[in-house]
Amino acid sequence: MAALKPSRRIHYLFTVNPTATLQLGLWVALSIAMMTVDHRYRALDGLRDMLATALYPVHYLARLPIDLQGWLSENLAGRAALLDENAQLREKQVFLNTQLQKLTTLEAENRRLRSLLESAVNTPERVLIAELLSVDFDPYRHHILLNRGRRHGVHVGQPALDQQGVIGQIIRTDPLTATAILITDPNHALPIQINRTGVRTLALGTGNFQELELPHIPNNEDVKVGDLLVTSGMGGRFPRGYPVGTVAKVEFDPGSPFAHIVARPVAQLDRIREVLLLENELDATRLDPPTPP
Amino acid sequence: MTAVRPTGGWIIASSFLLAFLATSIPLSGWPGRLWPDWVAMVLIYWCLALPYRIGIGTGWVVGLLVDVGRGALLGQHALAFATLAYLTVQTHRRIRVLPPWRQAISVLAFLLLKQFLVFWISGVIGYPPRDGWYLAPAVGGMIGWPLLFVILRDARRHFQVT
Repeated sequence: MAALKPSRRIHYLFTVNPTATLQLGLWVALSIAMMTVDHRYRALDGLRDMLATALYPVHYLARLPIDLQGWLSENLAGRAALLDENAQLREKQVFLNTQLQKLTTLEAENRRLRSLLESAVNTPERVLIAELLSVDFDPYRHHILLNRGRRHGVHVGQPALDQQGVIGQIIRTDPLTATAILITDPNHALPIQINRTGVRTLALGTGNFQELELPHIPNNEDVKVGDLLVTSGMGGRFPRGYPVGTVAKVEFDPGSPFAHIVARPVAQLDRIREVLLLENELDATRLDPPTPP
Repeated sequence: MTAVRPTGGWIIASSFLLAFLATSIPLSGWPGRLWPDWVAMVLIYWCLALPYRIGIGTGWVVGLLVDVGRGALLGQHALAFATLAYLTVQTHRRIRVLPPWRQAISVLAFLLLKQFLVFWISGVIGYPPRDGWYLAPAVGGMIGWPLLFVILRDARRHFQVT
C-alpha cells in the first residue's frame, strides 16, 4: 500500500466489494423466509433437530466448567464440613420419613374417599430428571435448554418442576435436548389457585425471575402477603396442587376494579440446575373432550 | 491480489467455538448485562483480517448455528450476523488502519445495530425488550474489543492464518 500515491490511497480506503450488497440481499431474504417458515409453520424442525444434535457436544462443553466447579467443591470440601452436612441430611431424612408415614395413610384414605365420590384418582406420576444445558441469552425470554430429549421420552407440554415448585413446561423437543419455557417468561400464563382461600386465577410471567403477576383478582378479595399459590390443574397441563409461589405484594387501587398483586416464585428460577419432568398419566384423558353419558 | 492458499481454518473455527462458550457463561448483575456477544466480535475480527475469506456467507452460517444454540428463531441471528459481516467487509480497509481503541468505536456502532436487529425481530414475534439494557452488551463489546483484537491478532500471526 505504501507504493500508492496519496489520491490512490484514499481511493483504496473507500473501495467496496460491488457484489457484497447483492449477497447481503440474498442472505437477508433467505433469513426472512426461514424465520417466517419457522415461526408460522414450524416446518424447519427437521433442520433444527439436525443442527441441534450436531451442536450437542458444544453445549456439553459449555457445561463443563460448571460441572467441574461442582466436582471440585465436593471433592475439596473438608472432612468436618462433609460430616456436618451428613448429619444435617440424616436429621432431615428422619424428619421426612415421619412425614412420609403420615402421607401414605393419608394417600390411602384420600384414594378411598375419592373412589367413594367416584372422582378421578390421582395416579402417581413418573418423573424424569433433566439437567440444565444452557439458558437463553435473550434476557427478556426465559427459555432453558435441558439435556433430555425425544430419545428419553420428553414431549411437548410436559410440566417441569424443581425441588421447591413449578418452574415451567416443555415447548420444544429435539432428539437429545428439550427447551422449556419458565413461568416467568412474559408469554407464559399458569392457572393457579390461592391455597388458603381457593381463589382461582392465572400467574402471568413478567420477564423478571422474581415476579409473577396475578390479574383479575377483585379489590375486595381476601389475599394476603405470604399466601401460597398452587397449580389449580385447570387447562390440563399441570397436575393440581404443586406450589408455584407466594404472594409478595398486594396493592389496592381504588380507581381500578382489580387489585395489583405480585407473587414471587418458590422455585429459584435463576439458579436452576436440575429439573424434574413430570409424566402425568392423566394428561391424555384430561385433554379429551368429555364423552356424553 | 495474489491467490492465497487458505490455512488455519481450525483456528477460525475454534475461535468461534470459544467465543460461543464465553458468551454462554451465565453471569448475574451488571457484568451479566454488559457481557458482550463474543461471537459477533470474533466475526468482526475475521471480517477485518481476512475479508476475502470470511464474509457475509460465513456470518450467516455462524448466525444460524447461534440461533440453534440459543433456541432462537431460525434466521434471527443469521440475518443480524450477515448484516454485521457486510458492514465490516465493506469498511474493513478504513477500520483496519486504526489502532484497536479507535476501531472499538466502529465496533460499538456495528454491535449496536446487531443488537437492534436481533431485538427488533424478537419484538415482532412478541418478545419486545422491556428496557434499554438490551443495548448494553454492545458497550461491553466496545470495552472488550482491544483485548479480543490483540488476542486474535497474535493467534493469527502465530498460526499464520491466511
